[in-house]
Amino acid sequence: MSLNLRTYHELAGADRSGLPEQIAAQRRRVTERLAGVGRLIAVMSGKGGVGKSFVTAHLARALARAGRAVGVLDADLNGPTMPRLLGVDHSPLPTPDGAIEPAIGVDGVKCMSMDLLLQDGAPLTFRGPQAESFVWRGALEAAALREFLGDVAWGALDMLLLDLPPGIQRFHELGDLLSTPPPVLTVTIPTPESRDAVRRAMRAASDRSAPLLGVVENMVDGHFTGTAGADLAAEFSVPLLARIPWHPTPDTWDQLAQQLGSSA
Amino acid sequence: MKFLCVACDRQMLFEERQLPGDGTLAAAFKCPACGRVVALLTNPMETQLVASLGVVIGGRTVPAQPLETVRGMVATGRDDAFTDNGQRKTENAPMWSPEAQERLQRVPSFVRGMVKKVYTDYARQHGIPEITPAVMDTARAELGLEAM
Repeated sequence: MSLNLRTYHELAGADRSGLPEQIAAQRRRVTERLAGVGRLIAVMSGKGGVGKSFVTAHLARALARAGRAVGVLDADLNGPTMPRLLGVDHSPLPTPDGAIEPAIGVDGVKCMSMDLLLQDGAPLTFRGPQAESFVWRGALEAAALREFLGDVAWGALDMLLLDLPPGIQRFHELGDLLSTPPPVLTVTIPTPESRDAVRRAMRAASDRSAPLLGVVENMVDGHFTGTAGADLAAEFSVPLLARIPWHPTPDTWDQLAQQLGSSA
Repeated sequence: MKFLCVACDRQMLFEERQLPGDGTLAAAFKCPACGRVVALLTNPMETQLVASLGVVIGGRTVPAQPLETVRGMVATGRDDAFTDNGQRKTENAPMWSPEAQERLQRVPSFVRGMVKKVYTDYARQHGIPEITPAVMDTARAELGLEAM
């Protein structure tokens, strides 16, 4: 017997769940929330331990000192460090008017981080069936990132820096959540190993047509040797915006902030 | 998701949603012609997948709340992460520089709160926006708190 089955769209009645509409509403919320943000910049590397968060925090502070309204979204959900770097304590976050107020760090930098929401020292653990949690964990982390973008009252900002964790997964999630992938500021250390890993991340960003703003070479003139910063800048035809020494001064960050400001 | 009553060739209508236990999500649909009711039962992993997207099967009855998914799904969250009164608890409170925070962490935990309050009050009284190690040194000297 052959059943008389029809297609989804042939049934004219409404789909009460409206999952596509719910997803669209989530995207609209992100777009509307970020409408007051002048520039959104993803700070990424593809390599762990190169000092992305350190660079992000000090860049944000330098921009703020220069009079810009700046926010930092700590997109490293499993290893969040931004509150400590920005001198943010764990005071409860106010929730007025259907949004979460971001924390305020030194120099007035706004900050949102999973660290502000987790118990001290606790890993990010989700409720749900733990067996084969890999199936849904990625989706939940993407949802958390979406809520950090769309549910935090960022307000009017000149710049919102997105501090990405190592790897390129979070960048792809950002590209999916935003109407266009954000411009990328890349951080590396001088070594060839870092160069090779960072190259993949830059290529991933380039493949999604994300503008590459430039390269920051961190931990220069110390234990690490190599020319990763110059190599990557030449390979991708982008500026080497800064070479950050082991012991940077406020001037180091001010110059990077100026460089970034002129690389619109 | 739509349900078709094959016998009547009519689209079934959503009746209700239940969470009967063990992570199961149940959604019932009724045929407007013959009255037959069927229920969709998802297993816990399917339920989790849907919840992970931040969507509600059967549609939303109330608007999405801020950080709804994070607040509902994170098992290791702080109890005091949010305040619903709309006021920042430490409004006008001085900031702590990373170096000062580091130093504060070296204070034994059982007196850390008191020590933090001493420095915070000192900074507030002197109109100091950011507490740094230098500010802590000055406060210690002025307040005679050499042990802090």
